[in-house]
Amino acid sequence: MPSAVRLSLHVPEPSVRPGGRPDFSHVGFAPAGQARRPPIDADPADIRDLAYSLIRVLDDEGEAVGPWAAALSPAELRQGLRDMMLTRAYDARMLLSQRQGKTSFYIQSLGEEAVACAQRKALQPGDMCFPTYRQQGLLIAAGWPLVDMMNSVFSNEKDRLKGRQLPGLYSVREAGFFTVSGNLGTQYPQAVGWAMASAIAGDAHIASAWIGDGATAESDFHAALVFASVYRAPVILNVVNNQWAISSYQGIAGGESVKFAARGHGFGIASLRADGNDYLAVHAVSAWAAERARANLGPTLIEWVTYRAAAHSTSDDPSKYRPRDEAAAWPLGDPVQRLKLHLIAKGEWSEERQQQMRAEVDAEVLEAARQAESHGTLHDGPTPSPASMFEDVYKEMPRHLREQRQQLGV
Amino acid sequence: MVEAIRDALDVKMAEDASVVVFGEDVGYFGGVFRCTEGLQRKYGKARCFDAPINESGIVGVAIGMGAYGLRPVAEVQFADYVYPAYDQIVSEAARLRYRSGGEFFAPIVLRMPCGGGIYGGQTHSQSPEAVFTHVCGLKTVIPSNPHDAKGLLISAIEDDDPVIFLEPKRLYNGPFSGHPEQPTVAWAKHPLSEVPQGRFVVPLGKAAVRREGKGVTVLCYGTMVHVAEAAAEETGVDAEILDLRSLIPLDIDAIVASVEKTGRCVIVHEATLTSGFGAELAALVAERCFYALETPIRRVAGWDTPYPHAEEWSYFPGPERVGRALVAAMEA
Repeated sequence: MPSAVRLSLHVPEPSVRPGGRPDFSHVGFAPAGQARRPPIDADPADIRDLAYSLIRVLDDEGEAVGPWAAALSPAELRQGLRDMMLTRAYDARMLLSQRQGKTSFYIQSLGEEAVACAQRKALQPGDMCFPTYRQQGLLIAAGWPLVDMMNSVFSNEKDRLKGRQLPGLYSVREAGFFTVSGNLGTQYPQAVGWAMASAIAGDAHIASAWIGDGATAESDFHAALVFASVYRAPVILNVVNNQWAISSYQGIAGGESVKFAARGHGFGIASLRADGNDYLAVHAVSAWAAERARANLGPTLIEWVTYRAAAHSTSDDPSKYRPRDEAAAWPLGDPVQRLKLHLIAKGEWSEERQQQMRAEVDAEVLEAARQAESHGTLHDGPTPSPASMFEDVYKEMPRHLREQRQQLGV
Repeated sequence: MVEAIRDALDVKMAEDASVVVFGEDVGYFGGVFRCTEGLQRKYGKARCFDAPINESGIVGVAIGMGAYGLRPVAEVQFADYVYPAYDQIVSEAARLRYRSGGEFFAPIVLRMPCGGGIYGGQTHSQSPEAVFTHVCGLKTVIPSNPHDAKGLLISAIEDDDPVIFLEPKRLYNGPFSGHPEQPTVAWAKHPLSEVPQGRFVVPLGKAAVRREGKGVTVLCYGTMVHVAEAAAEETGVDAEILDLRSLIPLDIDAIVASVEKTGRCVIVHEATLTSGFGAELAALVAERCFYALETPIRRVAGWDTPYPHAEEWSYFPGPERVGRALVAAMEA
């Protein structure tokens, strides 16, 4: 019998496009302080509601409210503010450097600095992060020297990666920062494997995996979740939902039908959804997940709700696919402004000190850039030796590579 | 050969607590080909365990374990199943060391049964070595006998680079001359079934001469070593049979020395012909031994079709086809 309905294909579409009025009604916001804080040994089945709510600590007045309001000291809060501001200043400088031709490409983390900076402070030395290209805040909050990062961005003679990687794909083992891949999602099962290895070895360290909303569609995301679930791996599974995967809004990755945090439910993984622009919420929720992992209670999936305020990369122009003023309309605000407001509300900060810190971080970045540029930039000055191109393919260089190096004449 | 592989795993698990073994059906059951039987009982579930049916996950997890400092030996149940893991192998395992400037590396071994001759059809018979040899950063190894299987596997586990370890499944329980109509033969009577006790290594990158000869060099590996031996016996051609054992790294010196001696070269593999590893070998011989060659290089390989179930023996490059190539190489 012929069907009465003529089939049609559903293709998700964001509620507005360029020229429209920004609309975030689909995101599902909740007032700060409302979401409950379960004990770290909670059964994932008993906290399923937390994948649909939104854990927030900072309210619109800058007050820390509710059960997730953690006891960060004023000094820790000021350090957090500085980490985020330094990350932002670093990004601005590297963006400028790309425009000046000193490097080929750059990816900013503008607007989502809190997720990396605050989580780093909830981890311990020896833990391993498996980041994407937008978590430079992990390195900066760990206090890693900006000059070293810039040397890699400029692919100069001091580049620890010997000019092999795209700018921003850092690798710093001693800072707990795994080599960033350009292929999306591959790091997710690797983080789970690292965490499983820590458990096999009877170690105390945990892993932290990072992925964007778009790349949760990758098979590797699901592979990682099944392994994390099966072996109860001590890993934090971060999903940074910054709303956009280049030009594809989060609905194309499945976010129209279900919250990304709820992806964990099918695997029986504790799953939380939190305000990614709230430094205090990011720290508190990360600390909860880290404590849970360290107590051998298994993985936690966290969806960080945030907004990619800048272009995807220097090769992207977001005005082609989203309203120009969308970032300003983002209801969860800006992480730097919100933490500043909180510190001022606590009587621990002022606009003057903010201006002073801004000048400080700008000067620090400028000095680092001056030093890094003295070692060369992509097209100007010393670069890694072409002979090093043949190194590290294998631990020992095999004969055919030695011959090819000779053919190149280096 | 199953016992030799199990012995290699046992030896390494006993002497190195960082060696862990996992894969589909690998733990309690001991693997569909029994290569890991008893290891879970002996070393515990944390060091030998079953994995979900997700090859990308198996390899991705192994890479993370390797980056941590373990030496995982992961089994892919059939080489035919490896393709979901291709991104993890090519973009990740093979390049960690390079892209991190040597900070991170993946000392992993991916064991996988390959090749046909067991009526496995097109999803249990493939020989995908060339899709790995084309990837810089990987080592690719194929043993042809129990002695080498143990020694090469121990070398692979101790190696700090990722190693693809292909195990010709037709050889698991005995050598195979390529005559399916003949009774199956056990390894027991074969000289290379003698496997040294305890730890011993066959170094990666060293070929072995299986049959000395002056007439024509046969470059082969895995099951085809036995087929080439049969072809030489049956045709009476004075063939020198080189078992490459390791494709990357490759024993270029041994290849050049043999071809310069014989002046003739036949390349044999079970994998499909076009862009197969034989093409690389032929190019290498042409580049390095051109003036020693008296006749054209010949390749005998699987046809460029999927591995057909019922037509297995028309597909398989058996001793008759190899023998014809040997005779032609001598006549031309």
